[in-house]
Amino acid sequence: MEKSAVFNSSRLLPYALLAPQLIITFVFFYWPASQAVLQSFKREDAFGLVSEFVGLENYHALFAQPEYYRAMLTTLVFSTLVAGLSLLIALLFATQADKNLKAAPAYKTFMIWPYAVAPAVAGVLWFFIFHPSLGTLARPLRGLGLDWNPLLNGNHAMTLVVMSAVWKQIAYNFLFFLAGLQSIPKSVIEAGAIDGAGPMRRFWTIVFPLLSPTTFFLLVVNVVYVFFDTFGIIDAVTGGGPAGATTTMVYKVYADGRLGGNLGGSAAQSVVLMVIVIALTAVQFKYVERKVQY
Amino acid sequence: MVEHRPWNDIIAYAILTLGVFIVAFPVYVAMIASTHDAATVVGGRMPLSPGGHALENYYRAIFVGGSRTAPEPVGQLLLNSFISAIGIAVGKICISILSAYAVVYFRFPFRKTAFWIIFVTLMLPVEVRIYPTYKVVADLRMLDTYAGLILPLIASATGTLLFRQFFMTVPDELLEASRIDGAGPFRFFKDTLLPLSITTISALFVIQFIYGWNQYLWPLLITTQDSMQTIVTGIKKMLVTTDELAEWQLAMATAVLAMLPPVAVVIFMQRLFVRGLVETEK
Repeated sequence: MEKSAVFNSSRLLPYALLAPQLIITFVFFYWPASQAVLQSFKREDAFGLVSEFVGLENYHALFAQPEYYRAMLTTLVFSTLVAGLSLLIALLFATQADKNLKAAPAYKTFMIWPYAVAPAVAGVLWFFIFHPSLGTLARPLRGLGLDWNPLLNGNHAMTLVVMSAVWKQIAYNFLFFLAGLQSIPKSVIEAGAIDGAGPMRRFWTIVFPLLSPTTFFLLVVNVVYVFFDTFGIIDAVTGGGPAGATTTMVYKVYADGRLGGNLGGSAAQSVVLMVIVIALTAVQFKYVERKVQY
Repeated sequence: MVEHRPWNDIIAYAILTLGVFIVAFPVYVAMIASTHDAATVVGGRMPLSPGGHALENYYRAIFVGGSRTAPEPVGQLLLNSFISAIGIAVGKICISILSAYAVVYFRFPFRKTAFWIIFVTLMLPVEVRIYPTYKVVADLRMLDTYAGLILPLIASATGTLLFRQFFMTVPDELLEASRIDGAGPFRFFKDTLLPLSITTISALFVIQFIYGWNQYLWPLLITTQDSMQTIVTGIKKMLVTTDELAEWQLAMATAVLAMLPPVAVVIFMQRLFVRGLVETEK
């Protein structure tokens, strides 16, 4: 789509208007992104003084590391759990809030504010509640005979990180599900009711299929969220531990570059991540185009 | 509604109340913890009702700082967060409204190219290129500066896309009318387009303020002095110690302070927030 009425007289003005954004984009986006790609083919010594071209060596080294496959697996488990749980829970709440309740607007406000809580802060809150020695809910867990300790037990640490990430993401999914539910014409649902379909049947045969564009959109957004925004949660709660049990791919980029000083390896991981994100974004755009026709 | 069964409403209320409880519980516990003294919190038998040390804890957190783990008082960190969040929001709005104006209202060589150059930035969040970006910022001597906290985070396309989308809905007649009145590109922008864009600008501001306030990885990397940290990165530092030494009551007071501004924005500007959230994702 294009505007038909435009300014044609000015020659330089449009470039001047674009300049600030283009300069910032080149300096802080294209330059570093290309450096990441270049660096992934190089090896630097510990002081960053000498760097030599090593071809695909960083990638070979990366894919020879059992830890990298472990980080991939952790990322897969983590994103499946967080995306799945937060979507399910949010859908449950959204369907209830979509009913004709007097207090529905108030409930909506109460459900969406965690969106504003920083991931790192969300992590700290949950860490505090489930802290092995002083957590409010850790004591009842021990009372049940569970030797709860997310500082030592990898599964417990993962559970805690998943809970924090889900808690934070419910708000977002709730908002979009509610909007999606409210855009479904009431007449379709009434037609189902006249045909004798009960609430559950109506949900699964009418509402859920009509909601599928929203669900698919949210699925992609949630996976991107789990990949990147949860960094703060993981760093605040577990620091990737214990023993690497919560080290996701993004966390490993950070840890290898900073703590390990392996910039070439870290850059190679960045490039792998870039490829994954570009693939995800491509999927999302394909979906957006479909929605236009929908 | 199709049918109205009382039990149906009761179930809905029960589920939603449970949801609100789950959502509120961690924050409630944090608020309670910030009103007790250190011994009560660390003892592991903290009651779920407020204690009497609220003023003392918040005063210490904001103005004095922790004794062992976080010497920097949170007041400075709050200020840093405000400056960088507002800087990110305002900066992004300024550069993107101008570039969208250029792309929509002008015809010039390489227009499509410029748009695509900006558009591609949508695909790569700062997390995947942290070290090279760090190096650029270090070379520009922007470590530990507000410019370093702000500029790399405004290099993204969301704002440009949002304004472009909005400008496309502005009727062409407005431009024709102001041209008949003799208005050039500056006057049209200032007198017609900008006033029409107020809601879009506000919605983008709300979203970007929250985004900027909640940044974690980037401020963590580029701040080396404690006095330049943001409040979100500062909390973590309070806890990096053996647990017995961490002053949890101060950390929780800090967490509450770190949540307050963005949560207030969501609650009091809910309409703008929802609008911004939905429209930036389109």
